[in-house]
Amino acid sequence: MSAVLAKALGAGPLVSRIVAAVLGGYALAALTSVAAVALPIDRAQAVLTGMLASFVVYAGAVIWVFAVRSARRAWAGLLAAAVPLGLAAWSVWNGGSPS
Amino acid sequence: MSRRPNDTKPAKARTAPQPRGIRQTMSDLHIWAGLLVGWILYAMFLTGTVSYFKDEISQWMRPELAHQAEVPDPALVAARIAGELQTVAAGSPQWSIGLPDARNNTASAFWRKPGVEGRRAFQSATFDPATGHKVAARDTGGGEFFYRFHFQFHYMPVLWARWLAGFCAMFMLVAIVSGVITHKKIFIDFFTFRWGKGQRSWLDAHNALSVFGLPFHAMITYTGLVTLMSLYMPWGEQAAFKTPAERQQLRAETSAFVQPGKPSGQAAALAPIEDMVRQAQARWGRDNINRVTITHPGDASARVSITRGDEGRASVSPQFLLFEGPTGRLLQAKDSVGPAAETRGVMYALHLGRFGDTVTRWLYFLVSLAGTAMVGTGLVLWTVKRRAKLPDPERPYFGFRLVERLNIAAIAGLSIAMAGMLWANRLLPLGLAQRAEWEVHAFFIVWGATLAWALLRPARRAWIELLWTGAAALALLPLLNALTTDRGLLASLRAGDWIFAGLELTLLALAALHVALAIRTARHKPKLRPQRQAAAARRPAAPPPPDEPVGEPALQEAAR
Repeated sequence: MSAVLAKALGAGPLVSRIVAAVLGGYALAALTSVAAVALPIDRAQAVLTGMLASFVVYAGAVIWVFAVRSARRAWAGLLAAAVPLGLAAWSVWNGGSPS
Repeated sequence: MSRRPNDTKPAKARTAPQPRGIRQTMSDLHIWAGLLVGWILYAMFLTGTVSYFKDEISQWMRPELAHQAEVPDPALVAARIAGELQTVAAGSPQWSIGLPDARNNTASAFWRKPGVEGRRAFQSATFDPATGHKVAARDTGGGEFFYRFHFQFHYMPVLWARWLAGFCAMFMLVAIVSGVITHKKIFIDFFTFRWGKGQRSWLDAHNALSVFGLPFHAMITYTGLVTLMSLYMPWGEQAAFKTPAERQQLRAETSAFVQPGKPSGQAAALAPIEDMVRQAQARWGRDNINRVTITHPGDASARVSITRGDEGRASVSPQFLLFEGPTGRLLQAKDSVGPAAETRGVMYALHLGRFGDTVTRWLYFLVSLAGTAMVGTGLVLWTVKRRAKLPDPERPYFGFRLVERLNIAAIAGLSIAMAGMLWANRLLPLGLAQRAEWEVHAFFIVWGATLAWALLRPARRAWIELLWTGAAALALLPLLNALTTDRGLLASLRAGDWIFAGLELTLLALAALHVALAIRTARHKPKLRPQRQAAAARRPAAPPPPDEPVGEPALQEAAR
């Protein structure tokens, strides 16, 4: 019984990384696509730029999550990247119209 | 990555107790990202590969329609089909006519049913460009099925299926990036090939196929995501645009499709379509017209939009002429979009490859086939590597058996299923109700049968038997065609019909490929640990076995 528990706990960091990669990576990509709207260019072009770039961010996030030494670092890295993107996205959601 | 610059890797890595290196973690990521969706990716790759010739496959599947020696004048065809739609689609708020070209001997059209909204509002039909009437050919979906299956599968809601395809494409992208990082000596590995060495050969094949087509594989995966990006990443659009009118701004950058507005209610006859198409021909070339779309035909507010074909540009960005229906006056000539939109247009076009001439299309087909083989060898490599380490090769663990059997059905089975659909195209009774759907059902029934075969037979036997079956199913198709139509291979060659002849010669070449694979599989002797030890015990002074080379850490690392 305790062996099963230990195994489940041992899988924790891996599960954490998988969640970080699949969902965290998507969230970061989605934030990028919104943040791009804050670019000082035509709105339609900014939206398309965000969409085009989002998959690079997603793929990069997944690589990052599995490349770093611990699951904690993986999440920390995602959050660090999310802060500036989140600020830019927040300005878009709040109707900041830069163009 | 926080790596110290003076960290000379291998030397220090061995002294300090360090967690696994970047290549090792990337190798694990590569293996799992590739394995988990590998079967779907293989099917997406192979159906996508043949879709580069979907128009040719469609022609072969409609043998009643004569070989088109010359492309009919699009202006005349458009006028003819529009005339036919007056009766076929009377009262419809929108018609859209796809014109024949060098690869396509039919015209097609779809139209909105009057008074119906949403996706179900559309009806479509295929027309004979010469007469303007609906084609008198067998009921078939043609090569279109492979194209649709490539990104939305079948028997499931289209949106879910496209999300699944995107999910798999994302895994592919991660597998490509992690695969490249895993590889230290990517250039040297490309020139390394060791035949008949079991796992080494599989690894070398996987490496060569991947590295050879790497730019293509990366491009095709990324651009594949781009084709459906507004589905996958709608957030920026939702944040930026609040009203449908604003959204229309974005649509106009990516699509030439016109949404019909409100009709005026005043009747007014359409000006001749032929004259409008002539103006477009003068601009883009006689055969470089893609679609003619007419909204509210017969109404004073009618509009005719004519979109440019794929020739002479590697982009699918909207380029069209918009005419006022009743007068035929040119209202708008759209010939460029913004930079980001054009980037999207080029990426989309690179994925479709429709801009290419015959040589380019063949290159697309061959590299894409290499990509299919890359996924296939990767899947097989997973089992080859683990088979050598099985504690009891007679009774492998469940996961191993699962992967082994799914590999057989996904790889050897898919060829048979695809050939099976072409068999069904020739063999199903012409009067069968919903015949086109039954061709597709046949594809899945055959595929299911190969899975059952793979589960019931010993794995090695199943590989060999199914590969031979695939070879026979492909090789006998030209014979079946010669027996059921009067357009057999010899007749096509004599008539200079390179669409039929080319397709059947390709089937024969693919059959030969399956024969080669079947023979190699039959000759292959899987290396098992107990045998190797026994052999080593018999010849103690022998050099180390060839599949454990010394001084190739990168390959060993990649293989682990």
